[in-house]
Amino acid sequence: MKVNGAAHPEPVDPRRLLSDHLRHDLGLTGTHVGCEHGVCGCCTVLLDGAPVRSCLMLAVQAEGHEVTTIEGLAADGAPLHPVQQAFHECHGLQCGFCTPGFVMSVVGLLQQNPHPSTAEIDEGISGNLCRCTGYASIRRAVQRAAELSKP
Amino acid sequence: MKPPQFEYHAPSTVDEACALLASLEDAKVLAGGQSLVPLLNFRLARPAHIIDINRIPALDRIYERDGGVAIQALARQAAVEDSETVARVCPLVTAAVRLVAHRVIRNRGTLCGSLAHADPASELPAVLLAIGGHVVARSTRGERLIEAGRLFSGVMETALAPDELLVEAWFPTSPQPFAVIEESRRHGDFALAGVVRAADRLALFGVAPTPVLADPRDPTRGLQPSGDLEATPEFRLHLVRVLAEKAFAA
Repeated sequence: MKVNGAAHPEPVDPRRLLSDHLRHDLGLTGTHVGCEHGVCGCCTVLLDGAPVRSCLMLAVQAEGHEVTTIEGLAADGAPLHPVQQAFHECHGLQCGFCTPGFVMSVVGLLQQNPHPSTAEIDEGISGNLCRCTGYASIRRAVQRAAELSKP
Repeated sequence: MKPPQFEYHAPSTVDEACALLASLEDAKVLAGGQSLVPLLNFRLARPAHIIDINRIPALDRIYERDGGVAIQALARQAAVEDSETVARVCPLVTAAVRLVAHRVIRNRGTLCGSLAHADPASELPAVLLAIGGHVVARSTRGERLIEAGRLFSGVMETALAPDELLVEAWFPTSPQPFAVIEESRRHGDFALAGVVRAADRLALFGVAPTPVLADPRDPTRGLQPSGDLEATPEFRLHLVRVLAEKAFAA
């Protein structure tokens, strides 16, 4: 499978979850693990460009596919991805645990719908849980990300 | 978290998948995995074999047939949601699939998987029942149609035999008017109760071991919903009355 553009060998154990494979085998600990049953959204990654829960996939299922994690959005030293930049500007986080999942979900949301209404933003982030912010700053960050993503 | 140990199979054709299902004891089909993988993670399901059908090419088609729309086993719920064919032929399915979890889940989850999983609080089984659709089951013994009315047999139980693969679901053209309305605590949660209206037919979900057809004039007759932390049986009956009234007011 390709992760952030680099080819990696297939995991040995078929029961290895993609989330655990990314963290434990590849050291990509930016993908966080919260509930591990698809509710919290912390482990969201892009599979062939579309956001999915990495805790609800076996790593072997990603064989032949392209996975993008939060580490893959912007190279070290390069400018931040517009969604990362927006979360930074609007302080769309507090403790930061949920942030990688939010960012990956919002990347997917804006790909599907570059100009979401406030209702569409609410629906778009409803699959991610944040226990710090109360979401107000995250909603602003999504609006800002949409602005920054304009060509 | 670690799912229990299983033997992993990734067939590349439907025939190969059916041969595996026929020969293996205690095998489970993995499609989108959005219901099965959580069950594995919690070890509520411990199948000896996982048959991952995601490597089977051309099993994700959405196409018109027999005056309705057929949706194959690997068509993701997001693809169904975005499908112009589904929106034109059976907009009731488009409306219902939008209520299934969140977009990120729908990117992976399959419509046929929701039917085979048969969660009593799930929207799509109730839609299939209200509208009178069917599924196509394949095995090494052949292929058969299972009408919606005979498909759902209990909580997460269906008339599919252990050696059968659900390869396709079929929905007839949406009758007018139609509606699908549910009440849940949070957006994307399983419904406490929900109703599907297809012209003069009414199906309920979340209030019985399977989706059930009900009389629109007396929707709660004979119902004995269970209670839990989120809703008492009485509250679920109240929701059925209110939601059915809303659905038929349109």
